[in-house]
This record gives sequence, C-alpha cells and structure tokens, in this order.
Amino acid sequence: MKDMLIEERTAMEDVKISAKDVNVWYGDTHAIKDVSVEIKDKTVTAFIGPSGCGKSTFLRCINRMNDTIDICRVEGLITLDGQDIYDPKVDPVQLRAKVGMVFQKPNPFPKSIYDNVAYGPRIHGLARNKAELDEIVENSLRRAALWNEAKDRLQSPGTGLSGGQQQRLCIARAIATEPEVLLMDEPCSALDPIATAQVEELIDELRTSYSVIIVTHSMQQAARVSQRTAFFHLGSLVEYGETDRIFTNPVDPRTEAYITGRIG
Amino acid sequence: MSASWLLIVLIAISVAGYFLGRSRVMASVQGNSRQLHSLPNYYGLNVVMTTLVPALVLLIAWVLIQPMVAQNHAASMIPDDTYADQGALNLLMSDVRRIADGLDLAVKSGNMTVEQAKDIQTGTTDIRSRLGEVGVALGSDVDPAVLTAAQAYRGVTNTGRWLMTVAVLALAAAGFAWSYLRTSKDLRARNLVEHGVLALLVGAASIAILTTLGIVLSLIFNTIEFFKLYPALDFFTSLTWSPSFGGGSQLGILPLLWGTLYISLIALLVAVPIGLFAAIYLSEYASSKVRSIVKPLLEVLAGIPTIVYGLFALLTVGPLLVEIFGAGGFLGLGWMKGGTAVMTAGIVMGVMLIPFVSSLSDDIINAVPQSMRDGSYGLGATQSETIRQVILPAALPGIVGAILLAASRAIGETMIVVLGAGAAAKLSLNPFEAMTTVTAKIVSQLTGDADFASPEALVAFALGMTLFVITLGLNVFALYIVRKYREQYE
Repeated sequence: MKDMLIEERTAMEDVKISAKDVNVWYGDTHAIKDVSVEIKDKTVTAFIGPSGCGKSTFLRCINRMNDTIDICRVEGLITLDGQDIYDPKVDPVQLRAKVGMVFQKPNPFPKSIYDNVAYGPRIHGLARNKAELDEIVENSLRRAALWNEAKDRLQSPGTGLSGGQQQRLCIARAIATEPEVLLMDEPCSALDPIATAQVEELIDELRTSYSVIIVTHSMQQAARVSQRTAFFHLGSLVEYGETDRIFTNPVDPRTEAYITGRIG
Repeated sequence: MSASWLLIVLIAISVAGYFLGRSRVMASVQGNSRQLHSLPNYYGLNVVMTTLVPALVLLIAWVLIQPMVAQNHAASMIPDDTYADQGALNLLMSDVRRIADGLDLAVKSGNMTVEQAKDIQTGTTDIRSRLGEVGVALGSDVDPAVLTAAQAYRGVTNTGRWLMTVAVLALAAAGFAWSYLRTSKDLRARNLVEHGVLALLVGAASIAILTTLGIVLSLIFNTIEFFKLYPALDFFTSLTWSPSFGGGSQLGILPLLWGTLYISLIALLVAVPIGLFAAIYLSEYASSKVRSIVKPLLEVLAGIPTIVYGLFALLTVGPLLVEIFGAGGFLGLGWMKGGTAVMTAGIVMGVMLIPFVSSLSDDIINAVPQSMRDGSYGLGATQSETIRQVILPAALPGIVGAILLAASRAIGETMIVVLGAGAAAKLSLNPFEAMTTVTAKIVSQLTGDADFASPEALVAFALGMTLFVITLGLNVFALYIVRKYREQYE
C-alpha cells in the first residue's frame, strides 16, 4: 500500500535537483567521480555508503558549501529547478537560503533559542514586523516538534538544550528560512535512539513540503525514512533507485555487499 | 673548602654514584635488565638524587644563613655607646667586614701568618697600613672594638666554613650510602625519580609565586613607611602633585592617575578598532598565503622595544600633530602648544598595543568552531553577516579579555609616556596638553638623589602599589570574564 502511494507521487512530481557528470577534487584527491543523479521533489532521498565515499562532499555541492573550502574544485552540471547553480549569475548566498542544511553535530549559535530560529528570517527580511517574526519562530519550532519543550524558555541560550533538542533546534532554524530543499548530513549520528526517533519522525513529516536529502551511516535509518536511496562507493554513484528495491533486490554486487554488511 | 669547590666535589660524588648505582643493580640481576622494576638509568639517577639534593639544599641554606649569624655575633661585640642608631651600626659593620676580608687577604698573600691575624692588636700594630700593603684601603684608623668584632667575624666565618664542608659532605655520603644499599632489583626507582621530578616542577612554580609575593611585600612595607610620613587621605584625594625635596610637597595621586587613564583610553581607542579589524581580516578573509606573511609582520610590532616607540613619539608623531593641531598649523586651531601631549603618547601607545589586541583576538576568533560558520553559511548568510552576528558574539568574551589585558599593559607603560607625554602633572580635559602618568613619576621620584627615607622618594612605592592594585584588578576581571563565558560555544 505504502509502495503504491510513493510510486503514484513520484510519477506525478518532477525532478527538483539534477546532477550531471559531477567531479570534485580536493587538491589532488579526486573525491567525486562522474556522479549523475536526479532527485525528486517532496521525497526523502538517502545517500548511503562507507566513510570517505564522497556522499557528504556531494551533499555539500548541492548548496555550494564547498565554496568555503579553498582547495575544493567542482566540475559538471548541477541544476535546481532547471537553473545551473554554478552559473556565475547565481549568488551562492541566495542559493543556500533556498537549500537549507542541517549538520552532523548540532551547532546552535551561542544565542537564545528565539534568536537562533529568527536568524535566517532576519537576514533575509522574511518578517515585516515583530509579530510576524514571532509567528515564524513559533511555526518553525512547532514543525520541528520543539515548541512544547521550548515555548517557556525562548530567551534562554540554545546551547543549554539537550543534544536531541539542539538538533531539532537546528532543523527549526533551517525550516524558518523557508527553503525548498533540506540537506541533512548525518543528522542523527550524535543523538541517542530516542532523539533519533524524534528526528526521523520529523523528517517524514517534512517530506510533505520539501525535498529532503539525508546522508546516513545507518542502513536501517535509510530504510525507515527514505523513499529513494543512492549508494556511493569510492567517489562513484554505484546504484540509485527506490529504497525498497535497493534493499531487497540490489542490482550491483557492491551494493549487495554493503547492505549485507560484507564491505564498509 | 669554599662553596664552589664543595659543589664540584658533590657533583663528582653523584656522577660516581650514578655509575655505582647502575652497576650494582645490573650485577644483582646478572646483567638481565628485564628482571628489573625500572630501566637501569633510573637506579643511577635515584642514587644521584638522594646524594645530591639534600646536600645541595643544606649547602644553599648554609651559604645564605652563615653571614647573618656571623654578623649578629660580631655586632654583639661592638659596645652600644659607639653608635647612635641602626644606620651608624650598619656603617660600622661594613667596616668590620672590610677588615675581616683584609685580614683574609693578608694571610692568603703571605703578609701575615694565621696566628698574627688572630692576635693582632690596635695598640701594637698599625693595621691601616698593614692592610694597605695588601690593597685594602680603610677610611680611618681602626677602633679596637671594631677590630675585635672583625676578628670574631673571621672566626665565625672560618669555623662555619669548616662545619659546612663537613656537614655537607657527611650528608652527601649518608645519602649515597643509603640509596646505594637500597638499590636492588625490586626498588621502584622509576617512581622515586618521578617524585623527584615532580618536586622540581613544584619548586619552579613556587619560586615564581614567591617572587611575586616578595615584590608585593617590599612594595607594601615601603608604602606603609610612606603613609607614616604623609597622610593617606591627602595622597588619594589631593588634586595637586608638586613634590619639592626641601619639604612641604603636595603628593596627590589624582593628577597622575588621570593622566594614566586618559593616555590609556586614547591608546585603546587607537588599538582596539585597528587591532580587532586586523584580526577579523586575518582570521576570516585573508588567504593562508597572505596570513602567513602579514601575521608575522604585525607581530614584529610587538617586538619593538618601547623606548623606540618613545623616540617615534618624540621625533615623528609629536611634531606631526603640532603641524596639524598647533598654532599656525594645518587646521589653524592652535590647540596644541608642544609636541609632547596626551595625544602623542596615546597614539603611539595605541600603535604598540595593536599586535597585542590583534594577535589575541585572532586566536580567539580562530577558536570559534567551524561548525558555527557552516551553520550560518548554510542558512544563506554572507560572510560579513556571519562575522557580525555569529562569530563576534561568540568570541566577544575572549575579545573583552584581550582588551582588558591590553589596557593593563597601557597603564603600566613608561617609556612612551616619558618621551611622548611630557612631565607636567595636570588635571585637564584637553588631550593636546602635556600630562604625565603614575609610572613616569615613579621613575622621576627614584632617579633623583633624594634621601630614600623622605616622603618624596617613598611616594614612588605608594604609586607603584596603587598601579599594581589597578592592573591586578583589571587582570583578574579579564580572566573572570574569559572564564565565565568560555564554555558558551563548546
């Protein structure tokens, strides 16, 4: 039943992000080799693969976070809604407002919970007055399932929250900027199982409005939250397809070896 | 034996002890060092430690204490009515030491026999000329009491020296024997040596602390002495500073304190923005190539001696400011009368503090985790938004600490003030007037030929103490701020 629903939806919706022959070098190291992939809208896509296989690097290409690393060089074509994101006309700062990112380790700013969430909206001028800003903050915290825990302590520092709450705060912060795509780089690796479950529930909920890409080391997590899965190995995209199909009937022997635990 | 010979003997004994201890333990296991608790070296070092350290401590203590004992003994020989006060006694005692040294010299050069030196008397011998022969010049003829005291002084010193030699060597021998006999394969020599190293480290740390304590104590005693001669209330509240060595001085600290704070304020107004902006550029914008060139260049500024900055103030900055703000100058304002002014010293001192502020702030900004920057960029913030809204707030406590440390350096600075700010103690708001600071006045009060017991000289210690309290307070406050907010982004 679930499978049918997904197939219906993916058939209906078009491609959000498309990458063609992407190559990335860190200095002399060839980190990403000829990766081509099409990521659909309103879908959770999981990137799996052993450490150092390039999945995080590829994720950081999608919002041009690699621009902040001097020695990093990106080649190939990546489009968001058909627009080349590496086109000189594109401002990487604007792009990052559209493509939000949540990091491996929760990194709330040393500000109050409110200011953490209001950071993006303030920078981009999304609220015309204080009441609107309050509303954005409340909605974002609600969507990140943090409102009930945080509503009485909005002015206390975000760094005072527990690890799982901090990560949900970071997600709320990313949502508040109203992105179209949400990139998550191992968002649960620093969290305990209960906090992980909360974040996974949240990701499933976010799928209704965003295209979510999640990098994860946990294959169970990929199977739980994603509809499509991409398997990276040694900088190449080995296999990409429906999550259920990848986990039950992988085509490539390397994918099978990885998901059955023989490599990685 | 003199102390230096004794030291050489001690070192020789301990070197021998090292090899003996080592070979004893090696012999006890028939050369199979795997059966030892520790590496063979540790057994040797343990013998060295036990031989050398107690003997050395005794030697140092003896060398320090013996002159005091000898002096007290000799002083008791001099009748009370020959001197009026402690100062006169001190003069007599220095005579005593000179004569005692002269007698030693005469014996050594063969001019006198040991017995002669012991039994010599003022009635029978002209001591002044006899000592003159060996090159010891005395100011006047020798008083019989002083000679007796000198002979007593010699006696105590000579006996003391023999006793010291015997005691130190006995202690070294005992230490050697004990540790040598204890040396066996089960002795935990490694742990013992490490305890010794620990004691050495603790000793080094306590010397640093004790020195500070000594400095503070010497300041405190002289300050108390000063306040006995000059009312503390006047010192802290009087608005005039006009020392006159003939008496009737007005010694109010307020004009000096005002000069200090005014110059420091201007220095910080120069140093903080420039240093902070330089730090932001270096840590956030500069490529690693630029950074590797610019940072050392900036830090060269920190290596320039402050007297050179003073010359720069006197010869370049002062005249330049006069040309701009002086009468008939560029702006035609006539505010500035001479090259030495608060502004001159403040600007140059600010330049001196730039590397201080920039280097500390640079370290602090670099310590802000990269994840903060990533988080901000990931939300679509520009680099400058990230710096203003995330990095600087996160680094602020550290930056405040750096500024406070820079302030305490500015307050303690002397040479730039002496050359750049003038010597007039004035309470004025005009930054183009000459003023002076606490430190500059400490120098001028102590470098004259004033009597050290006069309030005009002793005031320097009270000034120093005040300055010490202010800078200490600033440093403590800076450390408190840095510590209190440190974990915020960790």
